[in-house]
Amino acid sequence: MTATTIVELPRPRGDSYLTDGTTLSSWLLTHDHKRIAILYCLSITVFFFIGGAAAALIRLNLITPRGLLLDAETYNRIFTLHGVVMVWLFLVPSIPTTFGNFLLPLMLGAKDLAFPRINLLSWYLFVLSGVIVLAGLIGGSVDTGWTFYEPLSSGYASGALVVVVGGIFVNGFSSILTGLNFVVTIHRLRAPGLTWYRLPIFCWSTYATSVILMLATPVLAVTLLLVAAEHLWGVGVFDPAHGGDPLLFQHMFWFYSHPAVYIMILPGMGVVSEIVPAFARKPLFGYHFVAWSSVAIAVIGFLVWGHHMFVAGESIYAALVFSFLSFIVAVPSAIKVFNWLATLHKGSISFEAPMLYALGFILLFTIGGLTGLFLATLAFDEHVTATYFVVAHFHYIMVGGMVSAYFAALHYWWPKVTGRLYPESWARFAAILIFFGFNLTFFPQFILGYLGMPRRYATYPPEFQVWNVFSSAGASILAAAYVLPLFYLTWSLFRGERAPGNPWGATGLEWQSASPPPTDNFERTPRVTRPPYDYPEPAA
Amino acid sequence: MKPPVRRALIVWLGLLLLLAGNTALAFVGLGALAPLAHIAVAAAMAALVLVVFMELDRGASLFWVFAGAGFFWLTILFALTAADYLTRYNFAAAGGG
Amino acid sequence: MSEHVLEKQFVDLAHQSETAELGIWGFIATEVLFLGGLFAAYGFFRYLHPAAIAQAAAHTDLKIGAANTALLLTSSFFMSWASLAARDGESRIVARVMFVAAALGVVFLGLKAIEYTDDIHEHLWPGPGFSLPTADPKAGEVFYFIYWLLTGIHALHLMAGIGAILVIANRARHGVFTRAYHAPVRVVSLYWHFVDIVWIFLFALIYLPGRGG
Repeated sequence: MTATTIVELPRPRGDSYLTDGTTLSSWLLTHDHKRIAILYCLSITVFFFIGGAAAALIRLNLITPRGLLLDAETYNRIFTLHGVVMVWLFLVPSIPTTFGNFLLPLMLGAKDLAFPRINLLSWYLFVLSGVIVLAGLIGGSVDTGWTFYEPLSSGYASGALVVVVGGIFVNGFSSILTGLNFVVTIHRLRAPGLTWYRLPIFCWSTYATSVILMLATPVLAVTLLLVAAEHLWGVGVFDPAHGGDPLLFQHMFWFYSHPAVYIMILPGMGVVSEIVPAFARKPLFGYHFVAWSSVAIAVIGFLVWGHHMFVAGESIYAALVFSFLSFIVAVPSAIKVFNWLATLHKGSISFEAPMLYALGFILLFTIGGLTGLFLATLAFDEHVTATYFVVAHFHYIMVGGMVSAYFAALHYWWPKVTGRLYPESWARFAAILIFFGFNLTFFPQFILGYLGMPRRYATYPPEFQVWNVFSSAGASILAAAYVLPLFYLTWSLFRGERAPGNPWGATGLEWQSASPPPTDNFERTPRVTRPPYDYPEPAA
Repeated sequence: MKPPVRRALIVWLGLLLLLAGNTALAFVGLGALAPLAHIAVAAAMAALVLVVFMELDRGASLFWVFAGAGFFWLTILFALTAADYLTRYNFAAAGGG
Repeated sequence: MSEHVLEKQFVDLAHQSETAELGIWGFIATEVLFLGGLFAAYGFFRYLHPAAIAQAAAHTDLKIGAANTALLLTSSFFMSWASLAARDGESRIVARVMFVAAALGVVFLGLKAIEYTDDIHEHLWPGPGFSLPTADPKAGEVFYFIYWLLTGIHALHLMAGIGAILVIANRARHGVFTRAYHAPVRVVSLYWHFVDIVWIFLFALIYLPGRGG
């Protein structure tokens, strides 16, 4: 049965966090981590569909070799919008700000995060940054791509670049404060008896993510500040016309942006580590390895950024070091995959929607990760640099991995968050549709890249059309599959069956609270006496 | 004046001396070593501020970890970027293409 | 009196205070990366153009720079005193020495304003009007680009610090802080010392190069 000692309490006297105050200001001025999670969820959903619309335009345009509807200029602006919105307004905040916010205090047995007001401030900064970024992207004409490479961005981009970069600067502070809040909370607010090795893996991976948010984001902020200042002043450290060095920009940018890739995958790994044991009815295999591999990824992830610069002109010796380190960082990721598979081995597996998404994550992440090793190989990277191979690789990680994990989390904790059950068969259908739509969209891009189709062009030679048509067909399936949950989850809010406290029979403190939880999470502070994932060992 | 305040006062005097020393170093003519020397003195001053004024010596060990993490990660930024700069081969100067 | 400041997620005031302190240490770590990134940009640019940077840096005002360093070190001493006095619950002393620390910060800004005015008169503001005879005029201009950014960002941090000190010192004057609860004094003092550390490095790397020998 349930693992931790506290028994499921009857619904406490008061109300759930959802009914504790119904005015608009009770939401907009809330300090409750659960409500702030909802605010984030609504905002990133909007941004996800804006970024998705841009992706749809890109795929639509690439159906024909000459470009179906966009001129090159507009195409550049659209893929810039897609990249910027998806990275900073959806992927980076996605799981941490929604499920991290909602679950962390519940999993720790705490009443809230360490700094609830700063948490609310983070959300306001996030929304403000979203408004600024979108104003700059849609109102201005920024066509540098999400990487803002120098000297393109300071010397040749339009003035709206400063607006976009300023928005991302603000966004950075939201990230930094969120990361700080989570790290301090995990250190200081664990319930009595909840030692580090009794923490769910989701907490470990949120911790590792937060460390990256804290220590990488400031460098991005200052780099973008330098870009904006250089743009405004016409002088700076990056432009070779002034004796500057564009590679310095790339070093500083990727010092953030490569670890940021792990910001965009570690939380997904945390989610999968919760779901796999719950639906295999087995303890997580190799808990200590999975836990420490999160930390290893966070640390080693800071040592590999130069693999983005193999052909950019960095020294060959540095390239060798970065290539070697990039192979090393694959080790902890592989450890995780093997441990998930070992957890599945001889488990009593059931295939509810969260599990389908989680299995999709494991498969797609593995493909994305292995192709990452191709790219870490100097010689192969020369061949596929700036081709669709790279595009396919990171979409397997970001979309196949992280977005799948986000949907897995959304379904797994939906009953906890809303107090309602979602319609299972619709959810399974959407999960399968996403998996097939995704592969049809992005697998052809590996082939295109290998054949030599460069990324970021509005047009292409006719021999690439077949694979592009496959990819665009897949994208339309994917689009439909992403819209589906919007409908059935909204429906379930009003018509869904009421959820019990622990519908999956899962371990973890969050399931010991009511669904939806009361404002203070627990009637009494829980006392933890057992390890996590305390599912019965299967009979030998 | 209580002993801890007296200790802070002594450290303040030490910091002023180090400041004077660092400024004097600038006129000695250390050449290429000057930046390293200035950074070393500045680091000593920073260490005094961290340990005494910021009371790291009395604080929880976790404070050391947090304070150290920032500087450690900054070292990563410097070290691996330097790995590129210090090993670049100047083809133009060598007469190559 | 102290009970109402205890937030619900903490067990007691000691728990809350130590968490606040941990929070500011974490924030300082992020600031180390933020300002450190700026120093890194400067450092690698300087590595590429050592001679021009030395020549350009020699035009900074060493007297004001050194005086300002001494001012901040002194101010840090007073903040340290405030934090030690807060530990003993001596609210009056806390308020007084914090006001002194803030006043020294204001004097720093005053000197900085004088220095900035001189810089502008000497055409050291990067842009079309910039003029400085160095071996590599472009690199000299980039040095002043860094100079204005670094000192400007430092000054913004200092202003935020002065504001925070004044708010907290005012609360101390009303006797809000006790032996058990004085975390805000500790937090603002840690932040203030950090701003001091930034200046220590800034002085060594921006003001001292190219002086002689």
